[in-house]
Amino acid sequence: MEVVAELALQNNSMNNKISVKNLNVFFGDKHVLKNINLDITPNKILAVIGPAGSGKTTFLRCLNRLNDLDPEMKFTGEILFDGKNIYQGINPVELRRRVGMIFALPIPLPMSIFENIVYGPKLAGITNKKELNGIVEKSLKDAFLWDEVKDRLNDPAMKLSGGQQQRLCIARALALKPDIILMDEPCSGLDPISTAKIEEAMRQLKKEYMIIIVTNNTKQAARVGDYTAFFLMGELIESNETGKIFTSPNDKRTEDYISGRFG
Amino acid sequence: MKNTKEVVIEKSLFLIALSAIFMLFLIAIFIFKEGTPLIFKVGFKNFVTSSKWFPLEGQFGIFSMILGTLWITAGALIIGVPLGLSCAIFLSEFVPRRIMAILKPTIELLAGIPSVVYGFIGMVVLVPLIRENLGGPGLSILAGSIILGIMILPTIISISIDAIQAVPRSYREGSLAMGATKWQTIHMVVLKAARSGIVASIILGMGRAIGETMAVIMVAGNAVKIPRSILDPARTLTTNIALEMGFAAGDHRQALFATGVVLFIIIMILNIIANYAVRKR
Repeated sequence: MEVVAELALQNNSMNNKISVKNLNVFFGDKHVLKNINLDITPNKILAVIGPAGSGKTTFLRCLNRLNDLDPEMKFTGEILFDGKNIYQGINPVELRRRVGMIFALPIPLPMSIFENIVYGPKLAGITNKKELNGIVEKSLKDAFLWDEVKDRLNDPAMKLSGGQQQRLCIARALALKPDIILMDEPCSGLDPISTAKIEEAMRQLKKEYMIIIVTNNTKQAARVGDYTAFFLMGELIESNETGKIFTSPNDKRTEDYISGRFG
Repeated sequence: MKNTKEVVIEKSLFLIALSAIFMLFLIAIFIFKEGTPLIFKVGFKNFVTSSKWFPLEGQFGIFSMILGTLWITAGALIIGVPLGLSCAIFLSEFVPRRIMAILKPTIELLAGIPSVVYGFIGMVVLVPLIRENLGGPGLSILAGSIILGIMILPTIISISIDAIQAVPRSYREGSLAMGATKWQTIHMVVLKAARSGIVASIILGMGRAIGETMAVIMVAGNAVKIPRSILDPARTLTTNIALEMGFAAGDHRQALFATGVVLFIIIMILNIIANYAVRKR
């Protein structure tokens, strides 16, 4: 069954930055993603929802080729990023500099706050102290963390609270000036106030970036997503504007999931 | 009834645990009791700073042996640490898990080879090689360092691999997701996170190198004089005890125990320094 993504049809005035075509992913014998077709639009937030094991995280990790780390992974189909297939002729290291990722558990690297943020830019070859300071300040401000940490940038990042660590991770991703930010259940371990802060940051960030967020929390998808895609058992059941998905979904299964009948 | 059984088991485990510590204290007390009288007799400063070791004439100075121990141990670490660490990094990061599961136990087998065999190979192969190519008697600090460097490899490799593999996968992914290459991730994140385990492996390797006796006796030459180069023979504190204990009596015997006391203190100091280095991060 081929699922036709409608996003492209509705937004053909805009430049589609990512388009996923006939994507199939296998881990060993397991068919994890089945024939996914989806176009993703810049300056919008795409929320990916679905029950555990539906393949949403795998989908996200295809976009920055983090699945490549698993030697068992095989795939067919293509992912076009600005018209170029990211699995052909693109160095994954370069790709990951343009596609930032936030993980479910905040994972500050075992170094100071400052070093965590300049880690990526330094690897990319920026050594000018002034420029690095500027990057740190801007990224922390964009991630709504600057005021809380500006006096202790040299403290170990592990000392921050969970919510602060997650915003540090966002700042760290922003420091690379990516085009796309992938978020894998970024609020699953956080309290409601930290979650609200991160959602606020996302609404600001979408002005400059394309954001794709995987979430187990359908309410969060409704709050922040401009578009929502529903995955089930490795298939993309439907994707549409968030309002439509939540009020009049095309597929019965989407309705069942959103109304909490399973999942 | 059940309660008494619990209590009995708990108490006996406690006694057994205590006996291990008791053993350690017993050994320490015995060495100090036998060794310290002579140290007081010749004076601690004289004992460790004089290099005149003529036990039959009552001259006891172990400075040259302290130097020998430090030289050979340092040499073993210079050879063993880079080799062992590179090997651990390669095996844990670049080799598929399945192959690693075969290679690691194979490397650990190295630890099971008796030290006299290492010494024998060193004597038959390494010593002539050094004598013919680099000069000197062949029996030398260099030979001792190379043999010990190989002997501490399994300790360093196997504990470092455990430390590296204990680094959460999420650290690696976090680093790679930020556009780091594999090597950048390894040396900037993985090795940093695994540092305390790696240092522990080096401390244990060092402990083995300082304490090793048999292999050193066979390849290091055992001459009681201050070594001037790595091609000179040297005697270590442990080999001094092993070589002379068989016929020593009276003050001489006490002097050998005193050598043990100094060895004990050196190991303590190195352990404290190493532990401090780990905690300082």
